Amino acid sequence: METSQEARDAVGDYKLGWHDTENSTIRFDSGLSEKVVRDISKIKNEPEWMTEIRVKAYRHFTEREMPTWGNMSMLEQIDFEEVCYYLRSSSATENDWDEVPDEIRNTFERLGIPEAEQKWLSGVTAQYESEAVYHSIREDLVAQGVIFLDMDSGLREYPEIVKKWFCSVVPYSDNKFSALNTAVWSGGSFIYVPKGVHVKMPVQAYFRINAKNMGQFERTLIVADEGSSIHYVEGCTAPTYSTDSLHSAVVELVALPGSHIRYSTVQNWSANVYNLVTKRGIAHKNAKIEWVDGNIGSKLTMKYPSVILKGEGSHAEVISVAYSGNGQHQDAGAKIHHLASNTTSKILSKSISKDGGRGSYRGMVTVSPKAENCKLNIVCDALILDDESRSDTYPTMEVANPTARCEHEASVSKVSDEQLFYLMSRGHSEEEALALIVNGFFEPFTRELPMEYAVELNKLMALEMEGSIG
Amino acid sequence: MFKRDDVGVSYMEAEVPLLEIKNLHAGIDGNVILNGIDIEIGAGEIHAIMGRNGSGKTTTANIVMGHPDFDVEDGEIKLLGNNLLELEPWERAKKGVFLSFQYPQAVPGLQVGNFLKKSVASIKGEEAAKGKKFRELLKKSMKELNMPSSFLSRYVNDGFSGGEKKRFEILQMMLLQPKLAILDETDSGLDIDGIRTVATGINSSIRGTGSGALIITHYSRILDYIKPDKIHVLIEGKIVATGDATLATDLEENGYDWLEEKIKGGDE
Repeated sequence: METSQEARDAVGDYKLGWHDTENSTIRFDSGLSEKVVRDISKIKNEPEWMTEIRVKAYRHFTEREMPTWGNMSMLEQIDFEEVCYYLRSSSATENDWDEVPDEIRNTFERLGIPEAEQKWLSGVTAQYESEAVYHSIREDLVAQGVIFLDMDSGLREYPEIVKKWFCSVVPYSDNKFSALNTAVWSGGSFIYVPKGVHVKMPVQAYFRINAKNMGQFERTLIVADEGSSIHYVEGCTAPTYSTDSLHSAVVELVALPGSHIRYSTVQNWSANVYNLVTKRGIAHKNAKIEWVDGNIGSKLTMKYPSVILKGEGSHAEVISVAYSGNGQHQDAGAKIHHLASNTTSKILSKSISKDGGRGSYRGMVTVSPKAENCKLNIVCDALILDDESRSDTYPTMEVANPTARCEHEASVSKVSDEQLFYLMSRGHSEEEALALIVNGFFEPFTRELPMEYAVELNKLMALEMEGSIG
Repeated sequence: MFKRDDVGVSYMEAEVPLLEIKNLHAGIDGNVILNGIDIEIGAGEIHAIMGRNGSGKTTTANIVMGHPDFDVEDGEIKLLGNNLLELEPWERAKKGVFLSFQYPQAVPGLQVGNFLKKSVASIKGEEAAKGKKFRELLKKSMKELNMPSSFLSRYVNDGFSGGEKKRFEILQMMLLQPKLAILDETDSGLDIDGIRTVATGINSSIRGTGSGALIITHYSRILDYIKPDKIHVLIEGKIVATGDATLATDLEENGYDWLEEKIKGGDE
């Protein structure tokens, strides 16, 4: 177990000094340099190859331009020097809930994690700031050989698996934010499901940004070996801050032949968080990858869960919802690349904008010349709740093989007064009526979620509709 | 002095009418639609309003329910002595007003079962939407309306046929058990079996319960099954005739023209 003093000794006298705050043992001062990157790796006692990837990624990050799409004016407001790149609040990853420090435990108890675990979870990784502090997994999963660890432990205990797949789906050079994440990543989940093992219960992790100016750069890698299946669920809540906060995760999924990975997310970052996430999976022969992705909070989200259909007969699904309120821009969508024959994909995107919020669907689907008989289905629906709000659709389809069958539907609708009156006549206030309509609109997404998430999302949307009638 | 609200309903029913519409003048966007309407419905009574398209029937129904688009210029609407005009639509619903819509609205993604439960909870209280009693009432009502249980997992009015929409309105009425049910052309779009089924539902929820109903219709056929206590004929925003069930037969045989002529004749 590492103490704060040991950690200090490990990196020597850090020029910008340490912060020992009441709930963080180690905190770097804000700002990024090659030394910060090397120090993060050193504190974690990482193998040399990981340090090298981090440094390369850092160099790429400094040279790489910002994306030239999405919301450029919002992106330009990010001050990378103001972000704290490493913070750890508990000195080690705990396996027993009782050993987790009180303060942290209280936070998670408020989030209802132990209770939820009893009912639903196969395992929990709770990420408090940068490190996973609590981790448990049902014994039957362990017995089946399933590995479920925080990413740092995964690297320590299974370096050969991590080395094989790390950056194999999302190279650090993919974009500026994948480079940043690779340079400074901390925490996230590492999951390996052995051949033929079916994890029946959803496996869950909660993430939370809890310190001012805290960047969270978790890194998740899920490898489903041949013929296996897993459903991973990630939920986020965050308190409100006065200054901007950066969340930039990378998630890599590897679905080996005949396997099935479903990755469900509901994020509710506070309205000052930049949520710039790269999520991608590779589906091998007859494998199936599904992203179920809900974006409720944040200031700016740019997230396009993607699937590379590499193996014949593989299948991809991206079901997403986005809610944009005042000052928010949800730039979300999906990317699917059909590289092999007989591959199929389905995209369902639903967005709601309200109080001047902006929702954008940005999608790209490609079919390579060699991929025969592919099927693509894309549906984008937008619901605009008032005249100040905005919804845009940026669909791109590049189909280089004439045997592909493509379907694309898009709709934009508004809530009608007659719909509201109908529901009000059944005893529902105008706000409740709006929430019923909005939750109905999201239902094709919500029904894909585990029950407690669906309930939570419905409650969240009902709260968002409060005070909206005036 | 005591507040009327504090008095038990049984006493109130004896004292004041269930619904009292007095000298109602109303319109929309500056256009006058209703020119002084008076209707009084007692507890246990069923009244009908008949009239041509555009005569103000649906407007009357919408105004009693509290549609925000209409402006009430003058007059009163009271339910058991309580002024409805100052209440929001959902507050009126909680007081016991129910409107079966002429064109029920679709809410994609909102499941029928969930919606019914939520509406009953909102109007009759959380307890009323829970447990065996609710489930039994639901089952019984759906059986009476010939609705399969698979109906509960469909989305509210989404892709419903005309007949399904009307049956669903009546199902809601049967579960919400309103004091006053307004049925706006619930019979249109229904075949004869549908009309009979719906009429059975209306009779069983109103007759002998102390509730009342106002049935808006073009046709006398549904009235053969429901037998209203009174029929009001609405022409150009005014009730020009009130009578018993035989008035419906007269209208069926002779149309509205003879009434119009009669009124014009009377004016001269």
